[in-house]
Amino acid sequence: MAQLDVQVVASDHAVWSGQAKSVRARTVEGDIGILPGHTPVLALLGEGELVVEPVSGTAVKAQVSGGFFSVDHDRVTIVADDAELSHG
Amino acid sequence: MGAQIRVYRQKIASTSSMKKIFKAMELIATSRIGKARSRAQAASPYAEAITRAVSAVASQNDIEHVLTQKADAPKRAAVLIMTSDRGLAGAYSTNVLKRAESLTARLKEDGIEVRPYLYGRKAQAFYDFRDREYDKVWTGQTDAPAVERAREIGQTLVERFTQPTEEGGVDELYLVYTQFKSMVSQEPVVQRLLPLAVVAKEAESAEEFLPQYDFEPSPEEVLDELLPKYIESKIFAAMLEASASELAARQRAMKSAADNADELIRKYTLLRNNARQAEITQELTELIAGADALASS
Repeated sequence: MAQLDVQVVASDHAVWSGQAKSVRARTVEGDIGILPGHTPVLALLGEGELVVEPVSGTAVKAQVSGGFFSVDHDRVTIVADDAELSHG
Repeated sequence: MGAQIRVYRQKIASTSSMKKIFKAMELIATSRIGKARSRAQAASPYAEAITRAVSAVASQNDIEHVLTQKADAPKRAAVLIMTSDRGLAGAYSTNVLKRAESLTARLKEDGIEVRPYLYGRKAQAFYDFRDREYDKVWTGQTDAPAVERAREIGQTLVERFTQPTEEGGVDELYLVYTQFKSMVSQEPVVQRLLPLAVVAKEAESAEEFLPQYDFEPSPEEVLDELLPKYIESKIFAAMLEASASELAARQRAMKSAADNADELIRKYTLLRNNARQAEITQELTELIAGADALASS
């Protein structure tokens, strides 16, 4: 199965990167879920939780405020003003 | 003991204690350059992602945005000058200020009014001393810049740019900072930030070709959000590079200061020994002359 190549970056450091099965994020218009094969999207992030489901291991959650994210060719880039990982 | 010797001893003592300070500052600067450079590297994924996104938008839309609109006849330009807070970094700040001066002169020749925005205490001192006006100044932490500061500067400048020219807005925005080329070479450069010239990279392969994006909520709103961030990330990158340059310049300045101190100590030691020898010779001559005088009387 295809996988997502995910990269989460904040303005002054990389937060997380790796392979994932799915990504869920909160945009300004509402929640969006990304699975492999998603059509290219460029959306603005709202304030909320970002959940990345890695290929193996537990879900990575992060508090994100502001920024945007892009999806193309199964590559997901989440660019946040501030992002704080909250494991659990 | 002769006065001469005492003077040289004092000079040697003070020069060696200064040398210790120079040496310490050099070591501090050296250790912090690495940190500054890794911070610059840590910020680069963000800058890359944002540049990619901006060129993605630019490549498929004719962007009509305030930040990309070029004024037909620019009347006013904001210049952000990045210097350091502290001296003891050789010609670091002077070089930037010189570069800024020549830019100012060029803009004035074209009939453009220059509004300086200053970053770093050295720039402020330069302008204050000459009783020149400036619009805003940010000081503190030029050797370890924070993202929040970059954001604040970016917002201030973008706001100024979006104001109509008649109401005091600016038509162009320039950035003068020091580019970190290598440990031994840093060069002051001028960069025009606004109006934006988004250069969409030529796609080299199908894989690299930027896809047709869906925009949420709409291309305009995405752009509204993206472009100021793009500016902020550019400013932040410049701040980080300037801080690495500042530290490298300081390291070099302190190294040559310590070398000069060494040189001075050597010179004074020679002079001191000379003076001591002269004194001994003098005393001997006096003794012998005295004995001679007694014997012959």
